[in-house]
Formats: sequence, structure tokens, C-alpha cells
Amino acid sequence: MAFIKRSFLQIVPTLFILTLIVFGLVYVAGDPVVSMLPENATQEDRAVLEEALGLNEPFYVQYVNYIKDLVTGNFGQSLQYQEPALDLVMERFPATLVLSLMALGVAIVISIPLGIFAALKRNTVLDFLISGVSIVGKAMPNYWIGIMLILFFAVIIPIFPVSGAESPIHFVLPAVTLGVALAAEITRLIRGSVLEVIEQDFVQTARSKGQKETIVILRHVFLNSLIPAVTIIGLQFPQLIGGAIVVETVFSWPGVGRLLLSSIETGDMAVVQAIVFIIALITIVANLLTDAVYRILDPRIKYK
Amino acid sequence: MSEPLLSVNNLVIQFPARDKDKITVVHDVSFHVNQGEVVAIVGESGSGKSMTSLAIMGLLKSEGEVASGAIHFQGRNLLALPKNERRKINGKDMTMIFQEPMSSLNPMLRIKTQIAEALKIHHPDISKKAIQEKSIDLLRQVEINNAEAVANRFPHQLSGGMRQRVMIAIAIANEPQLLIADEPTTALDVTIQKQILSLIKNLNRKNEMGVVFITHDLSVVADIADRVLVMRQGKIVEEATVFELFDNPQHPYTIRLLKAMPTLETDTDTIDSLMDDPAQLERLEDGPFQTISDTHFVRKKAGADDEG
Repeated sequence: MAFIKRSFLQIVPTLFILTLIVFGLVYVAGDPVVSMLPENATQEDRAVLEEALGLNEPFYVQYVNYIKDLVTGNFGQSLQYQEPALDLVMERFPATLVLSLMALGVAIVISIPLGIFAALKRNTVLDFLISGVSIVGKAMPNYWIGIMLILFFAVIIPIFPVSGAESPIHFVLPAVTLGVALAAEITRLIRGSVLEVIEQDFVQTARSKGQKETIVILRHVFLNSLIPAVTIIGLQFPQLIGGAIVVETVFSWPGVGRLLLSSIETGDMAVVQAIVFIIALITIVANLLTDAVYRILDPRIKYK
Repeated sequence: MSEPLLSVNNLVIQFPARDKDKITVVHDVSFHVNQGEVVAIVGESGSGKSMTSLAIMGLLKSEGEVASGAIHFQGRNLLALPKNERRKINGKDMTMIFQEPMSSLNPMLRIKTQIAEALKIHHPDISKKAIQEKSIDLLRQVEINNAEAVANRFPHQLSGGMRQRVMIAIAIANEPQLLIADEPTTALDVTIQKQILSLIKNLNRKNEMGVVFITHDLSVVADIADRVLVMRQGKIVEEATVFELFDNPQHPYTIRLLKAMPTLETDTDTIDSLMDDPAQLERLEDGPFQTISDTHFVRKKAGADDEG
């Protein structure tokens, strides 16, 4: 209960600052009237449109109006599509979210066993190999990984489809593409924290009880090395969505990525605002979830 | 006399070194522990006492290894046992408690879970109810009053003394024949030290449990031990009953250790610091074992009697 209260107290100011930034972004981005009217429009035409859109009001009045609209779920009208911006975004956002979650899944499934394994085999050839591969994995830009994966696993060896999102098999390449960099990062992190925990006294205690080494590693070592990994996952998830937007372009994924790009190109600010707002909201939620997972994992963390 | 509970013969422990061949940390150590007997191993940091105990438990870190020697427990050669057989002894017939109660318990698991683990490993068929009852009973045996409440707590919610009691409860969960206590009171304050010592002593008497008690504190030795081994630089330099050792110490190092023990009458300025200057090291060089009595042996050079 205290946790919920505290979270709420955290969210409200964050949201306030968020709206201020999103709104300010557009305010300084340029005069939308110019792009909305034909080139031969007169000064009077501009004045009429400004009046109609409320753009002649001072900053704070416009901001208050913006907040009023937000509260009712109105992010404004898309100029390109002549549809409510939020509807456009929500139509495509689930595909992006699913892709990001799949990538997260891929990252976790790859990195946890590899990280533990590298730690247990520390300073052997296998450890160096895993560390080397993760540095390379982290260094490669994901659009390039995407293109390479398409080349090898969709063109040369046609196991997976090149693009689209019709069936589960379409998920594999984009999710792997997006997940690789995060997997690399978590692998190195898990390796480091396993190495740290394995030296601790309570691991010795577990062995002195006669516990099997596999259980010692999973129950005592791994559980205690999860916390840094949870932090990274929490911090990286919003970035994963950012990465998804790029990967979507490579795989023609029907997510929010292409909508964002075309909206930026045409100056369709209502859509850009809506997308930025939702990603920011997900960031906040991801941070809250991270906090919640901490509390479940580590009994020493108590919020007062 | 019947066979001892534990006998260690000519144990040598080595660690790999970067530029040399190998570093020997325990040289040719032999001793035994009888059923129900408390044997203290005394020595300064780095004397090899902890290494010896870890070797007995089979818990030497992967780099360290027993290079030669034998460890027999209940008539079985521990060093020759396969890993899964060896594991069946740990936590059941032979258990260990450690120096740092603050870090010896898993911070993420409740006390009851950690006690239950010790019970379940060696009794896979035990019922939940039996675990529950046995855990509470164990906590009471280590003189924890509000056992039910403590069982539900996490380690960070307990004091150092309480955690060490919990460690002892875990160690005695399966009624072991031998308890290895590696400086169990060093991290605790003096009043708690006394309580933990008398607790271990009581369990030793009640359950006829052998104890290997490792410490650098001779006053603790006087409280708890039947026999004492003095270790220095990886070797046993003197072995005696606790009375003989305090009454008639033979090895120069033992004599200096005893002198370094402050009493209420001691002028603190005169306490021997035991700092090793090279000349003293030379004089402390060990010779072959000499027998002083049936239970008293010392390793020293002939003619080194005038030391101290």
C-alpha cells in the first residue's frame, strides 16, 4: 500500500514534466500553419487558421488547452491521415510492444544461461568466447544485424520469412535482431554478478549443508545475482522500443515505427506527440515494475 | 582405544602460484578428534587453520587442493569418496559454521527456508509438518525464545548473535557427529561470544558431538577445548591437552602466544606484540616432533628451550 502511494506520488510530477516537454517540443518545432496551408495563402488565411487552432493564444493557455485535451484522450488530429492521432498510434502500437517483449524474451533466454556458464567457466576459452561474442553483439547496430539475419536465414537458407508479421514464425528474425544487443549486455552483467555472489559466505554454507552444486548455483548464487540484471532490463526496455522502431523498418513490421518516421517527415506533430507520450508512459511503467520486482526479489529493500 | 571420529594424516594443501611451482599452505598436518571431544586449532591469520578445516569439509576453493595425505571420518577415507557420496556426509554427519554470521545466510531466503533446506537435503521424504516442527525445535535448542517469529524472518532482520545461533541450528539439524566451527565467535561482541561458546559446549556434551574449534583467541580455547593444536605457518607446532598447554607450554611460539594474552593484572604496555622480526623467525624454526607426554607433543629444535 505504501508502495502504491509512493509510486503515485512519483508518477504525477513525472507526467507533468513529460507533458511540458512534449508540448514544448512542438511549440518550438515550427509553425504548423505554414505546412497546413497552400503556398499561396494570404496573411488573412493564416490568421483565420491560427484563430481556429487557438495558436494565437499565449503559451500557457495553449498548454492548458493541451492538457484538457489529453485528459479526455484527445491527442489532436493527424494532418496526413485526417484521423485522431491516438487512434492511428494505438492501431499500430501493439505490434511494436509485442516485438519488444519478444526481443526481451529472446535476450533473457539467451543471456541467463550464457552468463552463468561464462562465470562458472571463468578464464577459460569458453568464457573468453562468450565475452568476445557479447562485445561484438553489443557493438553491432541492430539494423545491420537485421539485414545480415535476413540475408542468411531468409535468403541464402530460406527458413524464415523476409518480412511481415502474419504468423509466429515472422517474429523470429525481428525479435532476435532486436534482442541480441540486450542479450549481450545482460550476459556480461550476469557473469559479473554471479562471479561476485559465488564468493560469498552463504554459498559456502549451502555447500556445507551437502546441497548439490546445480542447486547451489541456481538457488543461492543465481537468485542473488538477478538484481543488477533486473535493473538493466528495466532501464533498457524503453530503449528496446526505440530500437524496435528501427528494426521495424528493416522487416516491414506493421508497428508504430514507420508511422513515426513518416510523421516526422511530414511534420505531423500530433502523431509524433502521441508516440513520444506513449513511449514515455511505458518508460514510467517499466521503472515502476522494476521497483516492484526488486521488492519481490530482495527482502532487504523496504520502502518507508 | 577405539578408532577416532576424525583423523587427519600428513595433510598437505597447495595453491598454484603465478611464477613459482606451487605454494604449500598446510604442511604435513596430522591430528585426530575423538567422539564427543572438542579440539581447538589455534594460530594466527595465515597459519593454515581455516584451510585445514575447509579441506576436511571438502570445500576448498577450486584452486586449492590437497596434494597429499589422508582424511578419515568414521573410518571412511574422505579424499577417496566420489563427489555425490562425499556430499551425503556434509550437512549430515559433519557440518560447519563460519566466522561471519552476517554473510553466512542467504539474504533472500527466510530463516525457516534455510533450515528446511538442511533437513530436506538429507531427508527428501520428510513432511512439511515435520520440517516445521523440527525447525522450531532446532531454534529453541539454540536458545532462541521467539522461535516461531524468528523462523519467518529474513537474515537482515536478525542481529549477528542471532544469525550465528541460526547457523548453529542449521549445523545441528541432522544431529552431526562432528561440528567444525571456524572462528564462530570472532565477529561477535564479548557477551554474545560467551553465550555462543556455552551453547556449542552444551550441544557437544548433550549430543556427544565432536567439535573442531578454530580460533586465534586463547581465552576461548581455555573455555571450550579438551585438546589444543597450535598451528603456525601451515604446521602444527604443538599439540597438548588444554591443561598441559596452559600449564607447561613447550614451543616458543606457544609461550609467546600465552604471554600475549592480557589479563586484568597485565600492564598493557608489556603485552608481547608477536611481531615477527627475522631474527625471531629464525629461532622459531621447527625441528622434529618431541614427545613431552602421552598427549603432549612439540615440534622444535633441540636446544631451543631457553626461548621466551
